Amino acid sequence: MKKWIAIVIIVVFWGILLFVEADLPDYGDIDAPANQHVSPYYIENSMEDTDTPNIVTAILADYRGYDTLGETTVIFTAGIACILLLMKSRSNED
Amino acid sequence: MRTKYENIVVELAARVTVPFIFLFGMYVVAHGHYSPGGGFQGGAIMAASVMLLRLSLGKERSQKIFPTKVAIVLGAIGLIIYAGTGLITLFFGGMYLDYSHLPLFEMHEAELRYFGILFVEIGVAMGVYGVMITIFDYLTGD
Repeated sequence: MKKWIAIVIIVVFWGILLFVEADLPDYGDIDAPANQHVSPYYIENSMEDTDTPNIVTAILADYRGYDTLGETTVIFTAGIACILLLMKSRSNED
Repeated sequence: MRTKYENIVVELAARVTVPFIFLFGMYVVAHGHYSPGGGFQGGAIMAASVMLLRLSLGKERSQKIFPTKVAIVLGAIGLIIYAGTGLITLFFGGMYLDYSHLPLFEMHEAELRYFGILFVEIGVAMGVYGVMITIFDYLTGD
């Protein structure tokens, strides 16, 4: 019984996602909002703004610096959590 | 790893290749401005070289070269470098992580941003390097 409820929920959500997906812009569509506003700005101005030929690096570290700071914090937190979890399990064994 | 894999070929091959792998990782970090790469990728490559040492030389000798305690401290220092770069720009009249206010020499805004990106990438690389080695050591029980 539980299994069938789970299957029904999954199918319903899959249907909703398929229904919504039809309204998304096509992959690589020039008229899509993402390709209309920020992308042309990055391509045209990243060399002037940051003196960096690699646009990906300019976006990652400069335009989206907060995002990368968050990513680094997440990685560091993962390391700390790994230490805490594995140290505890080892002291339980002894 | 707890026990060393006793094989002279494996050990010698690792000892020859590890410095070059490490150097390549530093190259990837330093050339993040011009080619694919940057802090995350370079840090992962450098950490992979230390993991190869751990696997081939065994626990005692590789811990002497690069101990686990240093690794997590390096990760913390990397994160501090990143956040500190942002704080410095804050103190010198810019917004947080606005590299054009870095107190370096008389340079154009674009050049300052170039160096700001470099500092941040080095911080990210140190963070990834330290954390990956720490996770590897604690999972393998060193």
